[in-house]
Amino acid sequence: MTVQLDEHWALSPSVALRPEPFGALAYHFGNRKLIFLKRPELVAVVRGLESASDVRSALVAAGIPEAGWPSYLTALEGLAASDMLRRREGEVAA
Amino acid sequence: MKLVEHFELGLDAPICLTWELTYACNLECAHCLSSSGRRDPRELTTEQCEAVIDELQRMQVFYVNIGGGEPTIRPDFWHLLEYAVHHQVGVKFSTNGVRLTPERAAFLASPACGGYVDVQISLDGATAEVNDYVRGPGSFDTAITALQNLQDAGFTDAKISVVCTRQNIGQLDEFQALADRYGATLRLTRLRPSGRGADVWDELHPLPHQQRELYDWLMAKGDNVLTGDSFFHLAAFGPADGSGALPGLNLCGAGRVVCLIDPVGDVYACPFAIHDQFHAGNLLTDGGFGEVWRTSPLFQELRSPQTGGACTQCAHYDSCRGGCMAAKFFTGLPLDGPDPECVQGHSELALAGARTVPAASQDHSKSNPTRNQPVMLKLMTRPPVSDCAESPLAGFVP
Repeated sequence: MTVQLDEHWALSPSVALRPEPFGALAYHFGNRKLIFLKRPELVAVVRGLESASDVRSALVAAGIPEAGWPSYLTALEGLAASDMLRRREGEVAA
Repeated sequence: MKLVEHFELGLDAPICLTWELTYACNLECAHCLSSSGRRDPRELTTEQCEAVIDELQRMQVFYVNIGGGEPTIRPDFWHLLEYAVHHQVGVKFSTNGVRLTPERAAFLASPACGGYVDVQISLDGATAEVNDYVRGPGSFDTAITALQNLQDAGFTDAKISVVCTRQNIGQLDEFQALADRYGATLRLTRLRPSGRGADVWDELHPLPHQQRELYDWLMAKGDNVLTGDSFFHLAAFGPADGSGALPGLNLCGAGRVVCLIDPVGDVYACPFAIHDQFHAGNLLTDGGFGEVWRTSPLFQELRSPQTGGACTQCAHYDSCRGGCMAAKFFTGLPLDGPDPECVQGHSELALAGARTVPAASQDHSKSNPTRNQPVMLKLMTRPPVSDCAESPLAGFVP
């Protein structure tokens, strides 16, 4: 599962985020997976994915410097692999 | 800060919450950790239970582990189950299977449960002989019938929940075969000396070489086996760097990420610690569950940095974090010392020495045994000596 900068992604409908001091817990009601988002910045990116036109603008909106994007993409791919994130198919980036 | 350190300081709400819905039970398992049997007259009403679920939804407690007693004995159990899943609180419930008729199995497999329900059938032996020894006559057949009903109804991935004992460690492959036969997942957990378990722990807890057998089996075949983060004391079989740990948090979560609500609304630090010493408050009288979770002095204390005591001298301390608090408490060992089943053998001296096992602070066991009571028969190694044997020196061995 790869996540590209110019793709549009969003939280799966069956996933809830719970704020915690270290970031957030993501829980998937369907597959019962519980994943810890260990940085508040990552939580900001994940929360911003849906309203952003693509992953790049979500990273920019969360104030992530470009040098850090590859590691954020890896984290997003990890979330996508557990169905925490889903690609919004058929939607053209604005 | 490492994630595990955040957990030690406690989270805003529990991750793993156990809720014993009733102390009533049709069985009288010898090792029942909540000493269940009789219903408590102060049991939460349906409305009070719904209010608890509402609060769990607000706190984003994503699922609860419901147990008892036998939770399905409550007439409103199925209603509360639906109420919870409709309020974004998933349910995993533990049952001996007594009420899992074909109709109930069909309900659990239906869209009404939305796939948010997990069912755990308790089975403490892969054969009737081993299971019924501790869970009582007929309980093996009840559990198997329930598994069959679930499978026939199309309910997928039920859990077979096993408390590992001296008598069943040799049956791990058989348990896995049973799980495979019913399309179920095997779940293994640790025997705790809690509740009535304190009375039989000496006889039931796995021997040191069986702990090793269990660890090796989990490492070799445990990829798809659930353990409820139960065996973190076994991590000390691995290297001192902790790399031999089983999957899970591998720390005592009591009052930090774990807690228990009992049938009358009392909140305890963990499911294995139903005792005054670990009582954090009551959700009816202390302002609700969230208030107890956030402000109870006991939980504050459990979230403060703990000293490892004698264990900090041990190279494996970072692996096992000193083991299980409840296991230490109910065997009369100091809480800042080694676990009674320390796999490095550091508790042997303390167990052999003078210790006082704490008295139970509550007991809902049936006052008179019923036909379901297990009969833990053992062969006697010498003839009994009657109180009125004639010789004044009867039974005296110099």
